[in-house]
Amino acid sequence: MTIATPVTVSAAAAAAPTPPDAGGSWRATSEAIALPLAALALALLLFGVFIAAIGKDPFEVFRLIYKGGFSTAFAWQNTLQRAAPLVLTALCVALPAQAGLIVIGGEGALVLGALAAAFVGQLLDGLSPLVVQMGMALAGSVTGGLWITGCGALRQFRGVNETISSLLLTYIAIALFNHFVEGPLRDPASLNKPSTLPIGEHNMVGALPGLDVHWGLGYGIVFCILAFVVVRATTHGFALRVVGGNVRAARLVGLPVNRLVLAACFLGGAAAGLAGMAEVAAVHGTANASLIAGYGYAGILVAFIARHNPLAIVPVAILLGGINASGGMLQRRMELPDATVLVLQGIAFMTILASEAWYGRLRIFQAGERA
Amino acid sequence: MDSRKPDFSRRTVLRTLALGGTAAALGPAWMRQAMAADKITVGVIYVGPKDDYGYSQAQAQAAAAIKKLPGVTVVEQEKVAETTDVQKVMASMIEEDGASLIFPTSFGYFDPHMLKMAEKYPKVRFAHCGGLCSEGKHPANTGSYFGYIDECQYLNGIAAGHASKTGKLGFIAAKPIPQVLRNINAFTLGAQSVNPKITTQVIFTGDWLLPVKEAEASNSLIDQGVDVITMHVDSPKVIVETCERRGIFVCGYHADQSALAPKGYLTGAEWNWLTPYTEHVKAALAAKPMLNFQRGGLKEGFVKTSAYGKAVSEGARKQADGVKAQMIKGDYAIFKGPLKDNTGKVVIPGGTVQKQTDIVLEQMNYLVAGVIGKV
Repeated sequence: MTIATPVTVSAAAAAAPTPPDAGGSWRATSEAIALPLAALALALLLFGVFIAAIGKDPFEVFRLIYKGGFSTAFAWQNTLQRAAPLVLTALCVALPAQAGLIVIGGEGALVLGALAAAFVGQLLDGLSPLVVQMGMALAGSVTGGLWITGCGALRQFRGVNETISSLLLTYIAIALFNHFVEGPLRDPASLNKPSTLPIGEHNMVGALPGLDVHWGLGYGIVFCILAFVVVRATTHGFALRVVGGNVRAARLVGLPVNRLVLAACFLGGAAAGLAGMAEVAAVHGTANASLIAGYGYAGILVAFIARHNPLAIVPVAILLGGINASGGMLQRRMELPDATVLVLQGIAFMTILASEAWYGRLRIFQAGERA
Repeated sequence: MDSRKPDFSRRTVLRTLALGGTAAALGPAWMRQAMAADKITVGVIYVGPKDDYGYSQAQAQAAAAIKKLPGVTVVEQEKVAETTDVQKVMASMIEEDGASLIFPTSFGYFDPHMLKMAEKYPKVRFAHCGGLCSEGKHPANTGSYFGYIDECQYLNGIAAGHASKTGKLGFIAAKPIPQVLRNINAFTLGAQSVNPKITTQVIFTGDWLLPVKEAEASNSLIDQGVDVITMHVDSPKVIVETCERRGIFVCGYHADQSALAPKGYLTGAEWNWLTPYTEHVKAALAAKPMLNFQRGGLKEGFVKTSAYGKAVSEGARKQADGVKAQMIKGDYAIFKGPLKDNTGKVVIPGGTVQKQTDIVLEQMNYLVAGVIGKV
């Protein structure tokens, strides 16, 4: 197969899979690890220059980022907790990306998944907690899945750009969420903070055993591993990557392109919907405006830095979680503004995207073909 | 950094307790018996930026003032979401900075976030802004403070009533919840005490921080002939600036925005959080019991008004100051019968007076006659 050798840097190339049949695949793997790491190192360097330019000590900043994000057991739990929702929302970008779509509407799938989960949670209350939780997970993921499938369908059948439609649909999703939370599903007791009826403490999913991190992280890691296996080791996954690599070739060989695209969208949306369910079932116990916290948007960053590789999403989410966790320490110890960590994230995003240009161009990773 | 060194031992102890899970086993009697100390680290958490000219800035001003008290170290974090993020921020302040008094200042930080942390760290005091704590129901180390800011909105209304030529006022609000409705109604009643025919057009934007929508709402109100606007959103900056640019009057909210509208700023309803902050810090330093519930208006020093702007007439000042003096004495009730809502229904029958502390006012679900809008 020669379909998947990205030559130009474009959105499609960013979404393209690595060659499935690369001879000497360890070289491809090391390339896929070394390049993003080099890009991150460059980002840290640029960030250091930025910090020095505003008159603060960059080394102290780096020390605090390490201290606040990765030094102690407490810091690690802080980091992992912040990574948890990002793992799932990143999948909402990474899975459709396998089919060549750039979906950025995970936030909409998350809030509607949360709403559906909260509704089903109060509906099933009284049954065994496990049944309630499974019902909530199902409701959340199906709702989120259908929402993003809508974007996929608009693209496949009506020619609407999925990036724009998924973004705009997010505003509609949030409006629907607010309508139901402040209207038909409002708990009359929630006076100054409109919320749905609580699902009840007994129906909440707790923390991961031995950790102060909720189950959302567990769902996310399992979902990532499953997604990786499906994408990399099944014929469906292979077909999906063919669609993403070259849709005309895929049509030519008779692949069911529409079905594959919609399935990828559904799974991605389901991941984001599950993140919404975790916010309700593990954190808030109810659906209210607090869970519209921008996790869906942060997931876009994670997926792109992970180059849409489901397995790479986990470490990238942890890295971003750590940077967010340490952002607090930067504020409290150095009185740097909240935006400081956003600057770092922005620089990292740019350097990683720019590093795409180097794939397949560095001789050190190509030696296998010459020997 | 050196000033934090003495806290290391306490922090280590706390961490050991938390990790060992023994904290819960120690019993409530022990928890209350915190030792008196001469030093304290206070953590303050804001939902928006500290310089938002609004809700968070009002809190940050109090935090900046208690910084100056002897023995007080303040650590602050801004733009913290009402998710597990805030739980981790509270825990970080306790574990990493040794904070023993936390002010989680956003309404949404309360349930479940602050309650969870309060159970986990029974030795730390948590003082929440919003007035939800009730004894017996919530952990003993939690408390809430809030102010009757509708008193100041009533005074805003008096100033607005005098300044308006068209008799049309505007109110830009986030959500139709009781706290907000109470402000809209108080503002309107204040204006109607000047001119009973005055109306208030209300626009709900749907959320606490939507600068673009707030600017659009201001412009559309002004286009309809409204000539004084006030608001209840997290950051009034955009509204105040738009009013100044369009040449109409504006009454502020949360903090002092007079610098943004030197010509049109009449007065404003401001929080004075320094009062509850100081009380909490003093109680913590003296190891007195946690203050579980604090409320107050002008009388107790929980709220204040901005200085009058140039455009406020002598007559307006006189009337507003007169009412303010009565409020400070504690014998002025804003909500008294007979009062009708804007659908014609009697909401407070004649002869009934609802004082500030009346719990009925906290469930307000109507707009008074003269307000154009729907809950």
